[in-house]
Parts: sequence; C-alpha cells; structure tokens
Amino acid sequence: MSAVIPLLETRMLNVRFGGVHATRDVNFSLAEAELRCVIGPNGAGKSTFFKLLTGQTKPSSGQILFRGQDISNMQPHEPGRLGIGIKTQVPSLFNGLSVWENVWLSARRTNSNQQAERITRDTLERVGMLAYKDNLAGLLAHGLRQWVEIAVVIAADPPLILLDEPAAGMSDAEVARTAELILEINRQHALVVVEHDMNFIRMIAKKVTVLHQGAILREDTPDRIMSDPLVQQIYLGKKSH
Amino acid sequence: MKRGVVKFASSWQSAALTLAIGVALLFLLPGLVDDFTLIQLTIYAVMAILGVSLGFIWGFGGILCFGQAAFFGLGSYTYAIAVINMGDSTVPFLLAIVVPALFAAVLGYVIFYGRLSDVYMGVITLTVTLILFNLINSTAGPEWKIGTAPLGGFNGIPGIPTLNMPGNVDEVLSQQSMFSIAMVCLLLVYAGLRWLIASKIGRVIVAAKENEQRVLLLGYDARAYKLGCFTLGGAIAGLAGCLFANWGAFTSPTIFGLAMSAQIIIWVIVGGLGTLVGPVVGCVAIQWLTTTIGTQQTFNSNLVLGAILVVFVLLVPRGIVPSLGDVIEAAWRRRKPQADSAIAAPLQQTENAR
Repeated sequence: MSAVIPLLETRMLNVRFGGVHATRDVNFSLAEAELRCVIGPNGAGKSTFFKLLTGQTKPSSGQILFRGQDISNMQPHEPGRLGIGIKTQVPSLFNGLSVWENVWLSARRTNSNQQAERITRDTLERVGMLAYKDNLAGLLAHGLRQWVEIAVVIAADPPLILLDEPAAGMSDAEVARTAELILEINRQHALVVVEHDMNFIRMIAKKVTVLHQGAILREDTPDRIMSDPLVQQIYLGKKSH
Repeated sequence: MKRGVVKFASSWQSAALTLAIGVALLFLLPGLVDDFTLIQLTIYAVMAILGVSLGFIWGFGGILCFGQAAFFGLGSYTYAIAVINMGDSTVPFLLAIVVPALFAAVLGYVIFYGRLSDVYMGVITLTVTLILFNLINSTAGPEWKIGTAPLGGFNGIPGIPTLNMPGNVDEVLSQQSMFSIAMVCLLLVYAGLRWLIASKIGRVIVAAKENEQRVLLLGYDARAYKLGCFTLGGAIAGLAGCLFANWGAFTSPTIFGLAMSAQIIIWVIVGGLGTLVGPVVGCVAIQWLTTTIGTQQTFNSNLVLGAILVVFVLLVPRGIVPSLGDVIEAAWRRRKPQADSAIAAPLQQTENAR
C-alpha cells in the first residue's frame, strides 16, 4: 500500500442548488494527522463544503474519499462508524441528558462498559468539563456546550475530526482555551476546522484553505494567506471596514 | 436542582423498591380481597402491561403510537385462534407475543427505514388500527374461520379456552392463578424494561429520542434502535392482549377500536410520561374510576374521563408520578435545607463506582 493515500480527499466536487453553484470543482486533500482551516467570507460555500464532508449534503458530481473509500453516498450514521467525528455549527447535544451521559454514549459504541467509563472520565478531564459531569447538557452556557460537544467527538477517538465554527459565540478567553484544546487534539487526530474568526485562525492554523464563491481560491500558510492581496480584497478587506 | 428524586428514579434502588411492592401485592392481595375484586384487579394488571408497553415506546423511545391497541388486539386474537385450533395453550401463549411483534417489526420497518416523520407515524398507526378493526368486524359469517376457529366478526370470539399448565390440557388454571400470572407478567415486563433502559441499547434509544442527529453522528444506526424499541412495545402489548383474552375467555373487535387506543394514551399522560410506574398508576386509577362511575347514573363516564384528561393536560402536564416526585422533593428540602449536600455525597460515590 502506498503511503500517499490522503486521509480525506475530494475530487472535482460540485454542488448546485437550483441555479446556485454552491461548490465548484473543489479538489481538497488532507494528510493523516494534519490540521487544516477552511475560511472564506459569508456565502463562500464553507457550510456547504462542511455538509458535503459530513454527508448531510449529497454532491451533484465528484467524489469524497476517506482513506481512499468513497463516502459521498453514505447513510447518515456511517461516517461516524468509519471514524469521522463531527461537531456541527449549532452544538448538537442530548439536552435532556447529563454531560457524562453525552460523552459516555460516544465512548460506548466501540468500547466495553468499563472502558467507556474510563474514557468518559479522561475525556471530560481533558477538555476541563469534569466538574460539570452531572449537569444537564441543555442547561449549560453556550461556550461550555461547545466544549462538551468537542468532548463527545474526541471520546470516540476518530482519526478525522470535522469542526464547524468551534469558536462561534465564545468570549476571548474561551476562544483562546478552545484554540489550545484544538492544538492538543491535533497531536492525535487530524482536523478540518471551518471558521470565519481570523483571530482564532491565527492561533491554530498551519495551513489554510480559502474558499470563494464555492471554489478554492488559495491554499497556503496563514501568514501568506493574510498578506495575499486577493484574499484581503475578498475577505479581510470586507471584514475590516 | 431537583436531582435527588430524579436520580433516585433512575437508580436500581427504585426498581427494587417497585418490584418489592409488586411482589408484596402479588402474595398479599389474594388473601385480602374477595374473588370478585381479585378478578377486577387481574384486569387492572393486564391493562397495566398494555399501558407500560406504550409508556416505554413513547416515554423512552419518543415514538407516539396511536395504534398500540392494534398489537393488543392482535395478541388477543392470535391467542384465541391458536388455542381453539391447538387445544394446549403453551404455544398459543408464545404466538400471541411473537405475531404482534412481527407485525410491529414490519410496520416499524416501513416507518423508520422509510424515514417517515412523526406525523406520519401517528397517521399510519391510527389507520392500521382502524383497518384491523374493520377487517375483523366484517368477518361475522360462518365462512370466516381460521382452522376450526370462527372469527365471529362483531360478535367476537366467545368461550376461548384459558391457560392450562404447560403440556397438560386438562389442568386449567384457576382465577387465582390468573391474577398471579398477570402480576408476574407485569413485574417481569417492568424489571426487563428497567434493565434494558439502563443498558447500552436502552441508553441509545433514549439518546435517539433526545437528538437523533447526534446519535447518527456518533455512528449509531438510529433506525435499528427505534425499530427494536417499537417491536418490543408490540410484543408486550401482544402479551397483554393474550392475558386479556384469558381473563374473560372472550375477545371482540372493540379492542382494536379508537376508544381503546385513546385510552392507553390517556393512562400514560395521567400517570406520567417518561416513567414506567406512571402508566401502571394511570391505568389502574382511570380504570377504577371508570368502573366506579359506571355504577351510578348521574354522570356519563366518558364525560368525566374527558374532564380528567383536560385537567391533567392543563394543570398536571407531567402526570401523577413525576409530579408526586416534585412534591416529595420540595417537602424534603423544606425540612432539611442542607439535604442537597447530604444526598450529593452518596450519589457521587455511586457515580464513581460505576
């Protein structure tokens, strides 16, 4: 087996909603253990791209390959089984259940009860949420919910983690803590982070993909992306006025 | 924080307590009441099993089935037809559980794997019940029979042979033993469901009710869990139907009727959705009330039942059992302001010991 099969790859990915061409010819590739940020202005197609990767949207044409296997036409529960952990933009938690139960359900799918208990404890400790283990997930503040969802995702130990706006609605301190957490998670897991908060991107990014009008505009290190005149014009320029 | 009572409700101690009370009733009641009352109590226990079946799939699986009576009726008719044909009641007893379960599995497969929405769930289950009602209702002639068992149409099937000792057709069980059997079935169903709800499968079922999308993202096939839950509900309702046919040695199409299905939903609402004891309490209370009202002429019993439902939906929306839990919690805390920390410590320990 050649070592160059990417963890996640899209080939000529296209999505059209009626007359809207939301994703155009996207060729995206992510290596094992890589951390990639996907940015772009509003309407650039970030959310659509994320939904394609998670199987919530079906491509009009093109392929999505996870370790060489086509995942573009899967049942909604299958990406999770393959080892793709997903955090949606609006935290998707079991609101009526405790924080502990939320994480346990994630850990228990592939582990024995005893292991799941241990993993749940370790994971909650890792994201700093152990003190909240008995609280109902639905009653937590937004920032805490984001962390619980991150805990839910990593408890399943997936090789690939997809995060949609993990820092949305957080205070500056919370954003900094989330950035630390993501870098720490990246030691063991590959991540794709879709974000529009540039400060947050600066804290975590090693390589950034810029989407514009559904297509990939640039792919480079954060410094070069931010000094790129075209990116500034379409994205940063708009943001600063 | 109302953790105290809520925590207790999901602990094994509460299951043990409920079972202990149940076992006590099982052994004490036959000695305390006369035969007529015992026969009354038997039907309460039978109907309580039916109530628990809906309480489980609705309260824990989030599946609101308007046609739980369909499985109940199927169980009842399956037993009647099979026992008339076979003589010995052992296999018919099992068939009365398996046939409704299979029927529920097929119906559930269409609903869950077809990804039909909750609204259609209600419409389909309701329609299926009415179809079964009309089907059985129109089988009155002598040409309608399965084996040697005439279906009887709107007249129902009278004189159903009741349960005998397994393998010995002549040893028919007495009314006293019918009470014991119904109670034992109720307790076994309760214990089994409590165990299931505490297990991985049960916890995923509850999670799928909370947030199906998250369950799918975690890699659990929510359809399979819901189907399993729905099928088990059908099996338990079938068991209740079988016991019902035994209780009066009679079954008729009215048990497929709309009134029957509605009644089960009312038991669950009044008793408390999201608990297993609630449907039992609601079922017994409503049935007792219906019988009591039936002995007088001043009020129409349906009118009173309707009024009770309205009062509950408006004033006690969570039902008897959860509201009682709230009252106990509030009273306890008023007496002991520091009770929270006192109960928190042992609960912490059980949490750690998990």
